[in-house]
Amino acid sequence: MNKSINILVVDDEFSVRDSLFKWFREDGYNVDTAENATEALKKIQESKWDLILLDIKMPGMDGMELQKRIKEIDPGIIIIMITAFASVDTAVQALKVGAYDYVTKPIDPDYLSHIVNNALREKKLSIENLQLRESIKEYSKFDEIIGESQNMKNVLNLIETVAKTDTTVLIRGESGTGKELIARAIHSNSSRRYFPFIPVNCGGLPEGILESELFGHERGAFTGAQYRRKGKFEMADGGTIFLDEIGNVSMKTQMDLLRVIETKKFTRVGGNEEITSDFRIISATNADLEAAVKEGTFREDLYYRLNVFSIFLPPLRERRSDIPLLAQHFLKKYSISMNKPMEGFTPEAMDILVKYNWPGNIRELENAIERAMVVGTPPYVKPKDLPFQIGEIKKTPSAETLAEVEKNHIIYILEKNNWNISRSAEILGIDRVTLYNKIEKYGLRK
Amino acid sequence: MSIIYLLPIEPIKEEFLQNAGLAIEKIFDFPFQILKSQFRAEIAYDYSREQYNSTLILSKIIEVSPDNAEKIIGITDVDLFVPVLTFVFGEAQLDGKAALVSISRLKNEFYGLPKNENLLIDRINKEVIHELGHTFGLYHCDNYECVMNSSMYVENIDLKRIDFCHKCRTILNYNITKQHSKNNK
Repeated sequence: MNKSINILVVDDEFSVRDSLFKWFREDGYNVDTAENATEALKKIQESKWDLILLDIKMPGMDGMELQKRIKEIDPGIIIIMITAFASVDTAVQALKVGAYDYVTKPIDPDYLSHIVNNALREKKLSIENLQLRESIKEYSKFDEIIGESQNMKNVLNLIETVAKTDTTVLIRGESGTGKELIARAIHSNSSRRYFPFIPVNCGGLPEGILESELFGHERGAFTGAQYRRKGKFEMADGGTIFLDEIGNVSMKTQMDLLRVIETKKFTRVGGNEEITSDFRIISATNADLEAAVKEGTFREDLYYRLNVFSIFLPPLRERRSDIPLLAQHFLKKYSISMNKPMEGFTPEAMDILVKYNWPGNIRELENAIERAMVVGTPPYVKPKDLPFQIGEIKKTPSAETLAEVEKNHIIYILEKNNWNISRSAEILGIDRVTLYNKIEKYGLRK
Repeated sequence: MSIIYLLPIEPIKEEFLQNAGLAIEKIFDFPFQILKSQFRAEIAYDYSREQYNSTLILSKIIEVSPDNAEKIIGITDVDLFVPVLTFVFGEAQLDGKAALVSISRLKNEFYGLPKNENLLIDRINKEVIHELGHTFGLYHCDNYECVMNSSMYVENIDLKRIDFCHKCRTILNYNITKQHSKNNK
């Protein structure tokens, strides 16, 4: 049944209109007819049409001219021209200006059916394609990256800049700062966004398995390899491969990675066939790669290959002003998934969240909020719902040096006061010049 | 009593008409009656195409239809066309009274193949049921085994069964009931 498809037949000959009307109606289409261009234009403006069968030769405005007018009104309408054998040249002209195809009178019923079905299928696919592209665009926005602190604004600017290029990116930051989220944002805003994003956790796999994961394997390559399997580099063809915890890979795998980055060619484990793949590499680490290079545990050439464009994700304690926003985001997320109408945090609970050191960063914050949602009672999350208390915070000695504590506290006060130097200096109990000196010393920037 | 009439346009083998009538009776549960030929297909002959205009014959069938006809279907031996299409196997008034079937392109001989009368009877019966299905308000069906599947080639006719799929049968029964209650009012 084709009840939702509207077809308009435009022809000055009654017998043609009548035959096609009946023919399409028997297929269940909504069909109407028009005997000239004026009537056709009126009907096109009044209703939505999917397909128009249009006679080229008509008295008054002919089919060619009418086609142009129709395309001005609705470029999405499929137009199939009807022509007598003598005017095939004209039909070809019509194709050049946007008609889908043409049929010659008398029309072979099988051909007409075939051409109409193909045209409608193509239209459906192109609408679906458009909708999918739109939904990908929606996902491509930076909605999931929460933060209004200057630190995060800088990160977002870097993402926007690098996403447009095909440059290799190294994302650095402590565990739980959201490195994969940043990698996904780069991918989904790049020209590779309609191709796969393939994440690989390099730190969680033993050397042999990681090799097979990355490059694939042939059947019988090792015990248990019952089938040929594609590797992540092969799967990422056209898209992006995200190598997480790159600092943890063995020297042997580092060597293999270097080769594949340089040549974009590799062979599956146990195979001889050389495979070529077009991928972009984004890697991430929380390790001190420079120190690893000095110690000789990370190849210097690989380090330079991966570290073309570097993005540093600040730990949560260095962007405390984002904590309320993030906390509210996770509260909303779990409030929906748990169907629990939690509206927010009591001021005391929020104070604890902002002051806590968050060694596990955003992941730890999310877990803390999820736990609070489980144990807490609406409408507000209270201090007792949190997995730590204010006393504990005070008792927990920070692993940071004195200078780091000072730096983080200055950042916190500056962010909280929107970089108002006078107010921040006053709160910190120092004069403006001292504050300026410290900003310069720690390389802080708004 | 409502009857489905079979009208031979020119002399048609009695065996073909009887078989088609029995198929109608079985599938639609209406009695059938074979009328005498009342006009010739020549009235619809088109010299330029050397074919017969199906729509003209159909309108003539409507004219001669008996008053108590539930439906009337003409059967002809000539090759039919509608003005814009190269040929048609038949034509029907959608949700109307009359239909027409041509046996010309249902014959194996048309395609240079050996004559096969059993196969021809099977094809005629299917096309008669198909066109009458349209008169009962049925559209073409995507199910290739359903008799309402649209046939572009004779091979398509051979593929389908001489009955409606479950969906078309449901709609047919509903339309017949609706039609009867309208007639009784």
